[in-house]
Formats: sequence, structure tokens, C-alpha cells
Amino acid sequence: MMDFLAMGGYARFVWPAYGVAVLVLALMAIVSFRSWRHRQRLWSEISTTRRR
Amino acid sequence: MSAFLAVVQRDLRLALRQGSDAALVVAFFVLAVVLFPFGVGPEPQLLARIAAGVVWVTALLAALLSLDRLFQLDYEDGSLEALALTPLPLEALVLAKCLAHWLTTGLPLVLAAPVLAALLQLEGEGYLPLVLAMGLGTPSLSLVGAVGAALTLGARRAGVLLSLLVLPLYIPVLIFGVAAVDQAVAGISILPHLSILAAFLLAALPLAPLAAAAALRSALE
Amino acid sequence: MHRFANPARFMRLSERLMPWCTAGAVGFLAVGFYLALFVAPPDYQQGEAVRIMFVHVPAAWMASFAYLFMAVASAVALIWRHPLADLAAQAAAPLGAGFTLICLVTGSLWGQPMWGTWWVWDARLTSVLVLFFLYLGYIALVHAFDDPTRGARAGAVLALVGAVNLPIIKFSVDWWNTLHQPASVFRIGGPTVDRAMLVPLLVMAVGFTLYFAALLMLRIRTAILESRLRAARLGEVEIGAETVAGPAQ
Repeated sequence: MMDFLAMGGYARFVWPAYGVAVLVLALMAIVSFRSWRHRQRLWSEISTTRRR
Repeated sequence: MSAFLAVVQRDLRLALRQGSDAALVVAFFVLAVVLFPFGVGPEPQLLARIAAGVVWVTALLAALLSLDRLFQLDYEDGSLEALALTPLPLEALVLAKCLAHWLTTGLPLVLAAPVLAALLQLEGEGYLPLVLAMGLGTPSLSLVGAVGAALTLGARRAGVLLSLLVLPLYIPVLIFGVAAVDQAVAGISILPHLSILAAFLLAALPLAPLAAAAALRSALE
Repeated sequence: MHRFANPARFMRLSERLMPWCTAGAVGFLAVGFYLALFVAPPDYQQGEAVRIMFVHVPAAWMASFAYLFMAVASAVALIWRHPLADLAAQAAAPLGAGFTLICLVTGSLWGQPMWGTWWVWDARLTSVLVLFFLYLGYIALVHAFDDPTRGARAGAVLALVGAVNLPIIKFSVDWWNTLHQPASVFRIGGPTVDRAMLVPLLVMAVGFTLYFAALLMLRIRTAILESRLRAARLGEVEIGAETVAGPAQ
């Protein structure tokens, strides 16, 4: 396990690289999804007010 | 053709009447270059090594200074709209304005460059290559800059945005322009570098007016 | 072409496609990360550092691909005035910027153990950095106008102007003696990468592509929804004025 984490001595390059990749991918997905959800909520509010 | 020259003449006359544009650009160029010995120290060998880069980068920045007004003034007072309605194609109008811009800012930079390079102790073999490279490069700067100016016409923070858009596109000219001088000083042939600068200019000559005209049309709608 | 011009049709289509793309993305990425970290063998020369390739290379491919997508969408927007094309280009831009950022950072982290330097100004790295600035410039330009149509049009022109950078990125390693290694997958004659490394690489590439497709659809849907909201709000303001003045009987 420790060998795996040490990445043959390259740990301080490999893990930050994977970390940045995962972080950016996750952030883009989260931001996009929250943007969608926000507008979806607004839309459902407007459609219910109209139906009234 | 006469309409084209008429636009060039008009812009030149306006620039000369204002007087300040060319003078300001060259003044900034000189001042910015002069700052470097104060910043990095007066040691001749160090200055000579960075001379080509410093002269080119400050020339780039100086060229940027007058770009945002390329179309701005005409746009604001309605004369751009009037010029767009003339039989002269919008692309030719852009080319004419670029020519006037180069004559009033690019050309003075090319002429001032050897003097400033001398201040930075550039070695003898570098001067002619510097003038040649800048002579080939500065028109490209005007052309690409015109595209940026047309795109940011009427935008918020147009000046800064223009720099942001145009500087990355300037990088190839910068790379080969500096390399031409450095290689000449090192005694290596600079024909490939000058060829690439020429190729960039030949590509920009038709393409930049096309793009700028498309941007202008969108601004005038 | 014009069958897809209908936003409603796009909404229906994307509603059906998105779950598959999302599931596919999650699946391929998960398998890809597993293969990259646990299954792929260490390199003879680079040791475990070669594992960075499995995030760096797919990100680099996507960085260029997203810009190509943006440029094509912009061309369609300018030539055919296709209503969704602008939205598609604008949706792709932040994703492309993100991929380029991953590419640059992971590349730098890979470069230090491999070449001994965090950065070098060779043709490949410089043109990818320019690509990053082009993405940021595009996003800034589109948002710099009060009139969104103007911003969209300006962005489209910029996207096309910047497209000249793409062949430079691709062929820079062939045209110049660069520190960055030449093409080893997309080349005439086929890939030169060993099979054990090629499989995780391709799995990650598919994962990244499905991820891009899924988020692209989501962002376009969001943009369509936003325009509907804007239209509805305008309509509401008019309706509101009517009720304030008293119903017209």
C-alpha cells in the first residue's frame, strides 16, 4: 500500500496531477449542474405562478 | 483604388492633425526600454543578451496603445457607418485603416528600434536583422490588432479586453522576430525566420480584413 | 441540419441521450482511473511517473477537440445563423478551458521528472498556452457586451481566427525539434504506444469524450432554459402591467 502511494518516488508529481485532473473535472460538472438546477427551479416557479 | 487611398489619406490627415498618437507611442516605447537598465542593472553583457527581446516586447505593447482607437472614434461619431455605406468594400476599408495605422505607429517604431537597441548594447550584427524583422512584423501587428479592435468595438473594458485578445495572437511574431535578431548575432542565417514573418504577414493581409470586417458588420447592425 | 434547429427538439433529444452519456462517462472514467493507477505497468525509463500520461494526454486531446467543436459551431452560427450553434460554442468554451488547464498542469508535473524542468518554451507548450488564452479571451469577449447577440457574433469571429492555432498545436512537434515528444498515437502508420498502455489511454479518452458530451448537452439545455426564462419574465412584466392597470373587460 505504501509502495503504491509512493509511486516509485514520483508521488509528489503523480498525485497532484491526478488531484488537479479530478478537481477540475468535478468542479466543471458541479458548476454546470448547479447552474441547471437553479434555472430549473426558477422555471418551475414561473410555470406554477402562471397556472394559477 | 482611389477610394482606398482616400481612406488612407483621411486617416493619415486625422492622425497628423492630432499629432499625439505617433509621438505618444514612440515616447512610451523609449521610456519603457529605458526602464530596463534601471531594473536589471547596467551590465553591458546582460543588456545585450536581452536587447532583442526587450525591444520587441515593448514595441508590441506600444503598438497596442493606439489600437483601440482604430475604429472607436469613427464608430462613435457615425462616420464608420457612413464609410460602410460607400461602394468601397468593408475589407478594403479595414486594410486602408491598417496601412494608416502602421504608417503612424509601426513605422516610427521600426525607425526608433535601432536607436533603442543601441541603448541596450545590442551587438553590431543585430541591427539590420532587427530593422528587417520589425519591418516585416509590425504590419502584421497592425493587421491582427485591427481584428481585435473590431471585435471589442463597443465592449465593456474594451482597451484591456483588446490587449487580452491580441497579445496571444502576437506571440508567433514575437518569437520569430526576436529569434531573427539573436540568431544573426550568433552568426546563423536568419532567412527561415524572416520567411516565416513574411508568411505570417502574407496570411494576415487577406484574413485579418475579412475577420475585422465581419466583426465591424456585427457592430454596425 | 435544420431538424435540430428547434430548441424543443434538442431538449427532447438531449433528455434521452444525457443519461447514457453520463453513465458512460462515469463508467469509462472509473475503469480508466483504475487501469491507469493499478493495472498499467510502470515504464522502463520513467517508472511510475508515466501514469500521468493517462490524464495528461486525454486532457490534451479534449482541449484541442473542444476548440475544434467551438470553431465549427461558430462557423455554423456565422454562415447559417443556426440558433443553437452560438449556444453550443459558448457551452463548450469553459469545458475546453478546463481541459487545457488540466493538460498544462499535468504536463508541467510530468515534465519535471521527465525533462528536469517545469516549463520550456517549445512550440507545443507555447501553442497550448496560447490555446488557453484564446479560451479565456473568448469567454471574456462574449460576456463583454450588453447585447448578447453582439457578444455571440464577436466570439464566433474570434473562435475562427484562433482556429489557426490548432494545426500549429498538432504539427508543432513534427515541424520543429521540440522537447515535447512527437505524436505516438494519431500518426500515419498507427500508434507506437505499447498495448498495455494504449488500452487505459483509450478508455480514459472515451471517458473524457463522454464527459464532454454530457456536460455540453447540460450546458446547452441550461442556455435554452435561460432564454425561455428571459422570454417568460418579459411576458410576465407585460401581464403584470395589465393586472395593475385593471383587467381589460
